[in-house]
Amino acid sequence: MRLEARGAISPAMAIAAPFAAIAFTLAVAALFVAWAGAPVGRTYALIFEGGFGSRFAWSETLTRATPLILTGLAAAIAFRARLYNIGAEGQLYAGALAAVAVGGLHGGIGADLPPAWLFAALLGSAALAGALLMALPAIAKTRFGVDEVVTTLLLNFVVLLFVSMMLDGPMKDPAAMGWPQSVTLDDELLLGKLVDRTRVHSGLLIAMGLAVIAWAALRMTTFGFEVRAVGANPRAARFAGVPVTRTILLVGLASGAAAGLAGAIEVAGRTGYVTLDMSPGYGYTGIVIAMLAGLNPLGVIAAAVFVAGVLVGADSMSRAVAVPTYIADVIVAVALIAMLVATLSARYRLRLR
Amino acid sequence: MLDALAAMLVHADFWSAVLRIATPLILGTLGVLLCERAGVLNLGIEGIMVAGAFTGWLAVHAGAGLWTGVLVAAATGALFGALHGVLTVPLALSQHVSGLGITMFASSVAYYAYRVSFPNVTTPPTIRPFVEMRWLELPVLSAQTPLTLLALALVPLVAWVLARTPAGLAVRMVGENPAAAEGQGLSVSAVRIGAIVAGSALMGVAGAFLTLSAFNAFFFNMVNGRGWICVALVVFAGWRPGKALAGALLFAFFDAMQLRLQQADAGGLPYQAWLMLPYLLSIVALVAVARRASYPQALMRPYRKGER
Repeated sequence: MRLEARGAISPAMAIAAPFAAIAFTLAVAALFVAWAGAPVGRTYALIFEGGFGSRFAWSETLTRATPLILTGLAAAIAFRARLYNIGAEGQLYAGALAAVAVGGLHGGIGADLPPAWLFAALLGSAALAGALLMALPAIAKTRFGVDEVVTTLLLNFVVLLFVSMMLDGPMKDPAAMGWPQSVTLDDELLLGKLVDRTRVHSGLLIAMGLAVIAWAALRMTTFGFEVRAVGANPRAARFAGVPVTRTILLVGLASGAAAGLAGAIEVAGRTGYVTLDMSPGYGYTGIVIAMLAGLNPLGVIAAAVFVAGVLVGADSMSRAVAVPTYIADVIVAVALIAMLVATLSARYRLRLR
Repeated sequence: MLDALAAMLVHADFWSAVLRIATPLILGTLGVLLCERAGVLNLGIEGIMVAGAFTGWLAVHAGAGLWTGVLVAAATGALFGALHGVLTVPLALSQHVSGLGITMFASSVAYYAYRVSFPNVTTPPTIRPFVEMRWLELPVLSAQTPLTLLALALVPLVAWVLARTPAGLAVRMVGENPAAAEGQGLSVSAVRIGAIVAGSALMGVAGAFLTLSAFNAFFFNMVNGRGWICVALVVFAGWRPGKALAGALLFAFFDAMQLRLQQADAGGLPYQAWLMLPYLLSIVALVAVARRASYPQALMRPYRKGER
């Protein structure tokens, strides 16, 4: 069995690949649904309706997509330079904690700042917290050659325990009756709603704006060129005079900052406080989204909406038929693997001999 | 506090705990080591451990014997390993991304299957797990279950296979210099996939230890990063089975100590600070050995015949 590069990648193949991957995913997931003893067609219809079938469904999907766009960006930017940041989950929590520290605990610092300034400080500190958290693995990679996948993964556990420690200690909400929940943000720091009587908040616009900026930066700036060069071939990039170490560090900072912002925006837009279950794995799901999007920041928006729709739809479906919500995770995981194979087969031909 | 520490260290219970905590790490680390010596990173371990923990337990719950459960877990691991092997060896996909994909796939399938099989349970159903080998009448070992003995026996076995058998030589060759292996008439793909399947089977057993020996039920998040720690331990061990055992024991030593100190409320630290220790320790160990780590030369390098 061997791979043979196709001479030219036909546009038709490139467009068909993601659809083929989605079709394959739905077919595999259908087996799982059938195994649970539920009618496949009705289950899919319910997932689709729950995710995209009504104004309410769309509003829930877009609310869920907001943090996913940002964690998807975090992965897409880093993976472009082959910096495998798997720590977006931890960076998200670090950002959320920083946001609450600035916007909820104003011990002297925020008390006399106008809300607009305080909000900027909140976002800035969240981005900084995420970036600093990613700086450690990035430095360990460039200076000592430590694989960043393992360090970022391990840091996720450290951060989650740190959050738990803060929620028990200095950031504990005294009014939460023993629930592990942080103090809440001041009301004037909460993001406004985009649509009345829904949960969609203006964080969606921030996330989409950042995706456009990331896309433009990767495509149109020297830095973006350097990122792509490092990702394509670090040795050749270094030979051509690209500052590889600096590029990897900067990419790490940008990636961590995006994930940190996801946490801050989730706090300011949806909950108002930090809990230990505020992210059902948004950091990890972001990796899938980035891969589905082919690491393209604009594609991340579409992929995040798709994945959010599946997650929201599966939640509402499982209230109607006896299929566990974990079907959403199965769909997302199979979609990742199918997408990898589909993009590969658009570029290569598999020869069995 | 030092008195408490000294008292703890002379107590056999403490060392029993060390060995118990080390067991899944030994099995998982050997599994990762096999894959990486053949040149393939396997980040699927975290999910494969979840899947092995689930299927092994499910088999026993359905009435099979405990050892059958272990075999079922190994087969589950092998199956996911085969998928990872196909994705990363002939298809040459990113080993990082494929491994993460396997972890997501294996763990979500396990959780889904658990919910399908037990839709309405609030407390996890239990089984009768492996019992301690009291008949051994040895200080620390008799407080262990046969799975720990299996893990300990596998260390010299894997070391011997790698160092002294043709199969082990083939694994090391495809991990160091696949072109030379091909020149010797070996099929690089077959050897690599074989090593991944075997290593993943061990990861499945590592998961099964949790449900068949350490506990008697399947919980969500029960693997809790142990798989990632194994990946770190392999680097720490310099890809050598003997050092992998030492690394797993050292790690388990600190983990057991942190558990005791946490219970004793020593130092007045919040319990989360103690729980962080194992993860921080793994990171520190990684950074400490990274400079002189001798990676298998072809690790993470896909091999395509006739290409350089």
